[in-house]
Amino acid sequence: MTMTTAGVIFVLTLVAALVAVYKPFGDYMFRAVSGTKQSRVERGIFRLVGVNPAAEQTWGVYARSVLAFSAVSILFLYLFQRVQNHLWLSLGFDPVVPHGAWNTAVSFVTNTNWQSYSGESTMGHLVQMAGLAVQNFVSAAVGIAVAVALVRGFARSRTGQLGNFWVDLTRITLRILLPIAVLGAIALMIGGAVQNLSAGTDVSTLTGGTQTITGGPVASQEVIKELGTNGGGFYNVNSAHPFENPTTWTNWLEIFLIFLIPFSLPRVFGRMVGQNRQGYAIAAVMGILAFLSVAITNIFELAGHGTVPQAVGAAMEGKEVRFDVSNSATFAAATTLTSTGAVNSFHDSFTSLGGMMTMVNMMLGEVAPGGTGSGLYGLLILAVITVFVAGLMVGRTPEYLGKKIGSREIKFASLYFLITPILVLVGTAAAFGTGNNSTALNVGPHGLSEVLYAFTSASNNNGSAFGGITVNTTWWDTALGLCMLLGRFLPLIFVLALAGSLARQAPTPASEGTLPTHRPLFIGMVVGVTVVLVALTFLPALALGPLAEGL
Amino acid sequence: MRLPTWIAQHLAALRAVLVFTVLLGLVYPLALVALGQLPGLNHKTDGSLITSGGTTVGSALIGQSFTDADGNPVARYFQSRPSAAGDGYDPTATSASNLGPESVVDTIATDPEESSESLLTQVCGRSKSVGELNGVDGRRPYCTDDGVGAVLAVFRADGLTGTVTRVVSVNQAAPATPFVSEYQGVSVELAQPGEDYVAAGGVITPIRGDAPAEPAVPADAVTASASGLDPQISPAYAELQVNRVARERGADPAAVRKLVEEHTGGRALGFMGAPGVNVLELNLALDKQFAAR
Repeated sequence: MTMTTAGVIFVLTLVAALVAVYKPFGDYMFRAVSGTKQSRVERGIFRLVGVNPAAEQTWGVYARSVLAFSAVSILFLYLFQRVQNHLWLSLGFDPVVPHGAWNTAVSFVTNTNWQSYSGESTMGHLVQMAGLAVQNFVSAAVGIAVAVALVRGFARSRTGQLGNFWVDLTRITLRILLPIAVLGAIALMIGGAVQNLSAGTDVSTLTGGTQTITGGPVASQEVIKELGTNGGGFYNVNSAHPFENPTTWTNWLEIFLIFLIPFSLPRVFGRMVGQNRQGYAIAAVMGILAFLSVAITNIFELAGHGTVPQAVGAAMEGKEVRFDVSNSATFAAATTLTSTGAVNSFHDSFTSLGGMMTMVNMMLGEVAPGGTGSGLYGLLILAVITVFVAGLMVGRTPEYLGKKIGSREIKFASLYFLITPILVLVGTAAAFGTGNNSTALNVGPHGLSEVLYAFTSASNNNGSAFGGITVNTTWWDTALGLCMLLGRFLPLIFVLALAGSLARQAPTPASEGTLPTHRPLFIGMVVGVTVVLVALTFLPALALGPLAEGL
Repeated sequence: MRLPTWIAQHLAALRAVLVFTVLLGLVYPLALVALGQLPGLNHKTDGSLITSGGTTVGSALIGQSFTDADGNPVARYFQSRPSAAGDGYDPTATSASNLGPESVVDTIATDPEESSESLLTQVCGRSKSVGELNGVDGRRPYCTDDGVGAVLAVFRADGLTGTVTRVVSVNQAAPATPFVSEYQGVSVELAQPGEDYVAAGGVITPIRGDAPAEPAVPADAVTASASGLDPQISPAYAELQVNRVARERGADPAAVRKLVEEHTGGRALGFMGAPGVNVLELNLALDKQFAAR
């Protein structure tokens, strides 16, 4: 079998598996987020946290709960890293420097998992498992909770209540994330991922050299890193490391886990608004964009244009033998289409156009299918913008799922959409304006790509990198930390504000002029709006970087 | 006494962070560590360590260098891929090269310490030495015969257009000979250390040359892996090394080839990933079956 045939089957089996779990897993998540019966453990947690699970919150209280939880998390994680040398399992590492600890704390709390540090030489096992990996769970749960709150805004009427953040956070973590994480971690352990507390084993190699075989609680962190679309690797080389992603089938499993929740959440949306076909429409938009992107990334990588890939005969620099070119390209597309940012190959060494695709994926706003929760709310915002555009074309008041999209709603949607491009483009300009682009390894258009990639990744909360750039300086840590913080929480506040405004409305019955939002026409329009918005915003920057290099 | 709402909220947040830290940060990973110690699973969760003659020699999942103290390949062993992890295959400093597809111009500084090779020159140099080690043609497209990137800086009368006024082979410095003597009628100069021909306005022009489109040295032999710890090489790269290893050990090439096949992993379920040869396990099997001469 040729690599291309195998690569195509690899993608098709992933599609088939995701289609197969859409209904059962989506329904399971629906029950988890809408159930009112609490388990004994959950009741215990509510008592410890001190919340009344029956009390619902308005959008403002919900948002303040999210922000309070995230703020405390950042502070906690920052302090944890700063005192790690005094703690158990520190492996003798020094405390993380202040700007690095700030960047990493923000990075993991915002579900970005951008890493300006190298895992195996910076973080002790305790910080990794009790600090970073905990945020892998709860930051993913926060994203899903906010998405669910937005959907409640569509589903409910004449109310200010959007649910209870603490209940959502707990139930999503315990019922959705934890069980799959346990099963997935066992699978990865069977594949060969390590799970121990060893500080490393010194061995003497066959030719008389020495090597330190590293250890760590890796499998438990690896699985939630993919499932929660986090992406922060235990080791510096992330999912390329044989201890994180040992075999060809663990690679398949990890891509499946990356897509699992984001692709099944539209089912939850459909169930909650009482029309499953609305969920199918949203899933179709995600699926079309994702499939196209995976295919194009594969085509560019397998074609192997560029001087070095031509000299080599394949785009094999920065790729592992077991994953080869095609499965590496598929992973790269998956990790940037979602907000994951884990890598099993190094995007910096991709062909110019293949590398550009990873950037385009993030620039799409990570909605195809996007991060856990953030993908769904991002795409619903785009759907709102689409009905607005469609309404303008025929001169009717736009409505979506029986809710009028008036000036207040469209303002929140537009503000949501504008934040990331502003952060990306202003950040990139600032790096060049202050000379901080000089830490890029490569020069010329590829150097611009490295800077643009860094800001795109941080502002979209992706966390992958064109790894050649050195970002552990005070300027970079601070700037990217701010981008991650603003790129996560400003959109999230606008989403909750929109949810509050929708929930207060009385439902508008559908009329002849209502645009059906479950038909192919609408699906096509959302795809079009997404692509056009991205193209208009980012084409000039891309033309100076990867396009200039690749054409 | 009732606390102000915002304080109550932050206290709830703090309690939630602590509860989840205990549950997800201690109970969950430690339970899995305990589970991983079950017989049958503990070998893998401990790092798939391999023991030979009473000492631990490495991990089945982590590649290693088969070079002598000076970094030269030990010919009786199958060689791993190039590695960008530390000084090569260092698990405490994992890394890829992160050099881009158009990294084709070396930095030739007056101080050799500050010189650095482009990815293209690294590829060309590796191809040349792997070719020499295994007795095959190590030439590749865009490479000079002396194993650097075949790249010219072309200066034209009007910048990007006009007649060619000066041509420099940017990756070759004295005492090399330019890989082509002239380009569009202008004789090709060698690069001077410390000069930046891109900044000076030269148009970087890689030259394809007449090397075969499918070089004898496979792709994975000339590229650094993603992890810097790749335990595998492609079956093609293993095949390239069979005769050399057999000769060094006085063994029958067919017997060595059979060992290679035994250590070749296929695609999982027939379509996942790519076939690869585990180099450490193969070399251990060689040592067992054919003692070195």
